[in-house]
Amino acid sequence: MTTAQPLIQARGLVKRFGGFTAVDAIDVAVRAGEAFGFLGPNGAGKSSTMRMIGCVSPPSGGELRILGMDPVRDGPEIRARLGVCPQLDTLDPELTVRENLITYARYFGIARRVARLRAAELLDFVQLSERADSKVEPLSGGMKRRLTIARALVNEPEIVLLDEPTTGLDPQARHLVWERLFQLKQQGVTLVLTTHYMDEAEQLCDRLVVMDGGRIVAEGSPRVLIEQHSTREVVELRFAGESQEPFASKLEQLGERVEVLPDRILLYVPDGDAAVAEVTALGLHPINVLVRRSGLEDVFLHLTGRTLID
Amino acid sequence: MDGERSGMTQLAAKRARPGPARVPALAVLQYHLVGYRRTWRGGALSSFLLPTLTVLGFGVGVGALIDQGVEGVSYLEWIVGGLLASTALQVAIAESTWPVYSSLQWTKIYFAQFAAPLRVADIMAGQLAFVLFRVLTSAAAYLLVTGVLGALRSPWAVLALPVAALLGLAVAAPTFAYAATASSDSWLALLFRFAVIPMTLFAGVFFPVESLPVGLRWLAYATPLWHAVDLSRAATLGTAPVWSVTGHLLYLAAWAVGGWLLAHRALRRRLVV
Repeated sequence: MTTAQPLIQARGLVKRFGGFTAVDAIDVAVRAGEAFGFLGPNGAGKSSTMRMIGCVSPPSGGELRILGMDPVRDGPEIRARLGVCPQLDTLDPELTVRENLITYARYFGIARRVARLRAAELLDFVQLSERADSKVEPLSGGMKRRLTIARALVNEPEIVLLDEPTTGLDPQARHLVWERLFQLKQQGVTLVLTTHYMDEAEQLCDRLVVMDGGRIVAEGSPRVLIEQHSTREVVELRFAGESQEPFASKLEQLGERVEVLPDRILLYVPDGDAAVAEVTALGLHPINVLVRRSGLEDVFLHLTGRTLID
Repeated sequence: MDGERSGMTQLAAKRARPGPARVPALAVLQYHLVGYRRTWRGGALSSFLLPTLTVLGFGVGVGALIDQGVEGVSYLEWIVGGLLASTALQVAIAESTWPVYSSLQWTKIYFAQFAAPLRVADIMAGQLAFVLFRVLTSAAAYLLVTGVLGALRSPWAVLALPVAALLGLAVAAPTFAYAATASSDSWLALLFRFAVIPMTLFAGVFFPVESLPVGLRWLAYATPLWHAVDLSRAATLGTAPVWSVTGHLLYLAAWAVGGWLLAHRALRRRLVV
């Protein structure tokens, strides 16, 4: 095996549940040391893809190789080298924080003595040392999530799979999780994550695929995706009245593209401030104006005609 | 020679990496024991209390009403082996209903275990090993108390322990399958109402199966409990069982093996999707 070979390679990967196709022939290659993201709304096929990569869900079609092995035949061997942080916490609420880590380490054949050291190190890393001997049940959502991440690292995995790592966390807790994940990335751990938060994808991912309806609709680094599929700036305009629609037609001449959302209009332009001046010159008076840079949300909106979070 | 050497270094490299545990089910058992460390006191108390109450209730209470005894021994001596088996049954079923259901539906511990390098069979074997541990410790406490209080007629009574273990597997394995398929936890309570209680009442624990009408008698013979009751009673009385020992053992083993296969299929369906 050469170092250039991707750690995860999917070709025409398919997952069907009965008549429903959750993942529809996707091609993905994740290289060592990169942070790779699956971005998309709920039901896009991200979690199904993650479960196939986690070797707990056999593909319905196509080819999937992980660490050069076959996930169906070599499941336990591959899983020994993965770290998994599932979407919903699967901690034992009755055990202490430390016990959760040590008992889990034993599944990987890690000696009790080593497991104890490793648990202490990891609790330090996720800033839970002070809670080491308290039960899991009363911990906050953010603490539980950090513990789940620590548990995913207990076997020093080559690839860490994170399914919606910050969903349901408050902003402060999210930032703490991002900090830790960023640190892991600095250490050269390969991260694969799903998210429907564009800011998360922008913060963490070197490269990502945008998924919609089981298919990959775009692929690249966040910066390249934004350059390719959006303008430099966006003007968000909100007009008084029931509907934004009548204003949209008047704005079309001003930008490269206009998107009408229920509560506002997005005007895609190279220069936001100049566009705002032109809007005023047309005699239009929005009640709210915001100029911002384009993000992945705009890429997604452009590619699918829908917003990420409904 | 060269081939051999490269094979060796490959093996060494493999060892250095974290891999599946050498005996993965043992790691799973250890996990269950860590959890049990928190709750064992309450369980241990009832393990000793139950046989004490039994001896008092049936020896001094009911036993006093049955002057002639049963089959030539006092009612207490007659009932103690059967009650040991029914205790094993209840512990085995309690430990393979809610714990299994909860590990799939509430804590989702099985999903966490399956994300590690464990196979479906490892997760099951670890859980059932813990059930066995609970059955054996409860049965041992029972034997100890009843022995001290003089309710056992023979040193062969120690053989009631392996019988309890086999019965434990014979009922815990199919119960595991049932709990893994249950769509709501109210199904678990039904199992107690419609399987555990009737079995305890009619499978020869409190009175000889032979006093039932023929149709019901065959129902009793079909339950795994009756086979363990017959063996267990023979052990505590130091007599020969009503049926052949081999027949009993094979019948219980068939329940255990059949239950294992059903449970494996049920858990696989839940974990591999």
